[in-house]
Amino acid sequence: MSSRDTIFASIRRSLHVKGDERIRSTIVDERLDRSPKGVVPARAQLDSAGKLALFIEKAEGVQATVARVLSPKDVPGEVARYLRDNNLPAALRMGDDPRLSAMPWKDTALDVTTGRSNGLDLSGITHAETAVAETGTLAILSGHENPTTLNFLPDNHIVVLNASDLVADLESVWARVRKKVGKGEMPRTVNFVTGPSRSGDIEQTILLGAHGPRALHIVVVEG
Amino acid sequence: MSVHPTSHSFKDNASRAIADGSVPRALKNVRQNFIDKRVKAVDALPEFEALRESAREIKNHTLAHLDLYLERYEQKVKDSGGHVHFAVDSAEARNIVLDICRKVGARTVTKGKSMISEEIGLNGHLEAAGIVPVETDLGEYIIQLRGETPSHIIAPAVHLTKDQIEKDFRRVHTQLDPNRDLTEKRSLLTEARTMLREKFLAADVGITGANFLIAETGSSVIVTNEGNGDLTQILPRVHIVIASIEKVVPTLEDVSQILRVLARSATGQEMSVYTTFSTGPRRATDVDGPEEYHVVLLDNGRSAMLGTEFQDMLRCIRCAACMNHCPVYHQIGGHAYGWIYPGPMGSVLTPSLIGVDKAGHLPNASTFCGRCESVCPMKIPLPKMMRHWREREFERNLNPAVARYGLGFWAFFAKKPWLYNLSTRVAAKAMKLMGRNKGRFQSLPGLGAWTQYRDFAVPEGETFQAQWKKRAGK
Amino acid sequence: MVEVPPQTCCGQPAFNSGDRRTARDLALQMIEAFERFDYVVVPSGSCGGMIAKHYPELFEDDPGLSVRAQKLAAKTFELVSFLTDVLGIMQVEAKHAGTCTYHDSCSGLRELGIKRQPRQLLGSVEGLEMVELKDSEVCCGFGGTFAVKYGPISDQIVTEKATNVNATGAKTLLAGDLGCLLNIAGKLSRMGSEVEVRHVAEVLADMTDRPAIGKMGAST
Repeated sequence: MSSRDTIFASIRRSLHVKGDERIRSTIVDERLDRSPKGVVPARAQLDSAGKLALFIEKAEGVQATVARVLSPKDVPGEVARYLRDNNLPAALRMGDDPRLSAMPWKDTALDVTTGRSNGLDLSGITHAETAVAETGTLAILSGHENPTTLNFLPDNHIVVLNASDLVADLESVWARVRKKVGKGEMPRTVNFVTGPSRSGDIEQTILLGAHGPRALHIVVVEG
Repeated sequence: MSVHPTSHSFKDNASRAIADGSVPRALKNVRQNFIDKRVKAVDALPEFEALRESAREIKNHTLAHLDLYLERYEQKVKDSGGHVHFAVDSAEARNIVLDICRKVGARTVTKGKSMISEEIGLNGHLEAAGIVPVETDLGEYIIQLRGETPSHIIAPAVHLTKDQIEKDFRRVHTQLDPNRDLTEKRSLLTEARTMLREKFLAADVGITGANFLIAETGSSVIVTNEGNGDLTQILPRVHIVIASIEKVVPTLEDVSQILRVLARSATGQEMSVYTTFSTGPRRATDVDGPEEYHVVLLDNGRSAMLGTEFQDMLRCIRCAACMNHCPVYHQIGGHAYGWIYPGPMGSVLTPSLIGVDKAGHLPNASTFCGRCESVCPMKIPLPKMMRHWREREFERNLNPAVARYGLGFWAFFAKKPWLYNLSTRVAAKAMKLMGRNKGRFQSLPGLGAWTQYRDFAVPEGETFQAQWKKRAGK
Repeated sequence: MVEVPPQTCCGQPAFNSGDRRTARDLALQMIEAFERFDYVVVPSGSCGGMIAKHYPELFEDDPGLSVRAQKLAAKTFELVSFLTDVLGIMQVEAKHAGTCTYHDSCSGLRELGIKRQPRQLLGSVEGLEMVELKDSEVCCGFGGTFAVKYGPISDQIVTEKATNVNATGAKTLLAGDLGCLLNIAGKLSRMGSEVEVRHVAEVLADMTDRPAIGKMGAST
């Protein structure tokens, strides 16, 4: 008997079931199919202006910084300002997300390179799929458009978020992801990011910049 | 198990921790930080109680259908190009991981924080085979340098002060300037970040635990604040997830319910910084991520807990709220419990996993104050289950003879009302006489353990019932 | 009309020691002795918690007894909450000069939800000034046999409790559970503290002319 079989036999013995009861399978498959929502906090059930205000409040509450721009074409200027104001080199790495590629980076003095991070980049930029107003959480999907390494290796992580992509709650993120990749499917990685990296492991004092980014800057595009 | 338990010497372990004094001092931080922050986070969410109930129901439903959800989960992992391995016990889990590492010729593996890794004693096993495991969670890294086990399930180095950590860094990081300044906590963090960054980039295999496994999508979920778990799993060629079978939940919505109570209960955050959903190896068009994705599913006695009075324990999501609020844990710290799961959750789980004959003290070393249950996000009746262990011990005669005798003696009287009343009245009067009106005893025969530390207040001369009868007679 | 029928112990020590059979025997005696009354009032939170929360659990597997246990549980109250929640008493006629602090006993607080009730009534006692105890909801370290079996740990916990009590500067510590009272009084006494320890009912019933716990004869 394989270990797999041993474990399943033990579970079924404990539960007093055989495993082939149709009613149990129906219950399970129905739940997987329906994905009932449960309790969704009222906090973020707001109009778009309210959601945006809540998102910014929550993100800043976990030490992210937030800038608002009116149009995608304003993003490079804002990024250049951010790097300059923080005395960072005018260099940036990004994936090949068409939304980012279409921005006028040439209008800035930024040295923009593309592709995954090898650990030497000081600053990286990715485009959020969506974000959650309830907790100030960004949702970023993996892929060549936004390589996951860019979310973790650079010291400074900049994320572009379209205000129109912002949703109220975690459940609404899943609705979007399913629309994109299909029910029951997922990209290789979905990253929920709520503020910059931190650790409380030394005497319970919270310090930013443990292993991931030391700073998280969110550029919200309102137009 | 290869982590040798010392739970049988719980009393000595506890006394040592108390005598040493540094543990209760270090744990003052836990009490101030975790407890206050949790209250704030809970108060800020009106739906918290409803979410607790919802989370409890999700896990109960899943456990009742665990075989089916595991099958669905396994199929989805395979569909996404991953591999699932089942391990009946620790030894099998260790060997599965080692085999995977050997097949890809791994020399170093980075590790995200995983209590299952501690449970199966993975590091020692890899080391013995010439593979270097590197813990990357800051707290785990520190205790790995010290050759210790975690003293807390989410804050492994909580028992240490920054001076102790500085000493360890100076002892181990000998390639760095011996005159460097490490007085600030931040400089310790920066040093660990620099040392570990090289390890992340060089590792052949990354091993993480999982907070959840999702049957709907075949995803594993890790919840961290440092980002070390993510660097562990996206940089090496191979990602191995080690998780116990009860980590499975049905859907993405179900995970979302539990996430809302997890971070709030653990650290008082609304969300931890990184919640990461991983599904299979890198896709054809990906430019990063692991080429292989393995999940090792460990049973190690859990399937046998289903359908017993200990099934509720399988709802545990390892948030550590129970130990953060435990008056006993506060005094003795995690190591005194003698195995890897400390505090109230450990006092229930450890006897299940290593045997109550080895861990009999743990369910007894509780005042049953109930604070653990009151803060448990999954509403696990921890005191009730500790009591069930006491029942099993009582039935199996594992209780010390003195405790049994004392209890039997008391029960003999208690079952006979008139005799019991008479006895207590006589005893009360007798004790008053013995106390010679001083109002307290500094030592009493048979109660040495009490009077060693505190006085025994003399009860009133008559029992309440005797007084009542006298009053009623007037 | 109030009656005190012949009674024994609620069985909690046996229950918590894993001796379920003795606990059931005792619980059955209690049920038989008390089920004919409209209300059962208990002066100690842990006994109240035992009857109200654990009796139904003890007889889960016996439908007949389970119903009887649940009925008794539903009409069992801890003394102070009985006064406020059942009788609707919001103030008492009593005098007690000086500052008091209050320890929330674990069973009363977490099994019976007693927190605001004693504070409400104590607030109406003439001359009494309440001062809150730091960590008043944290266990005193008694835990029945725990205090004897794990003496050094219990001592650490009660030392902290007693230290917090002393830090309030209160003249009197009140609580509603005999186990906690005995434990904290014993520690305060050993520490040489002047704080007197009383059952909250003593103050509410205006009976504080009697010696405090562990202080009997000391004043004469």
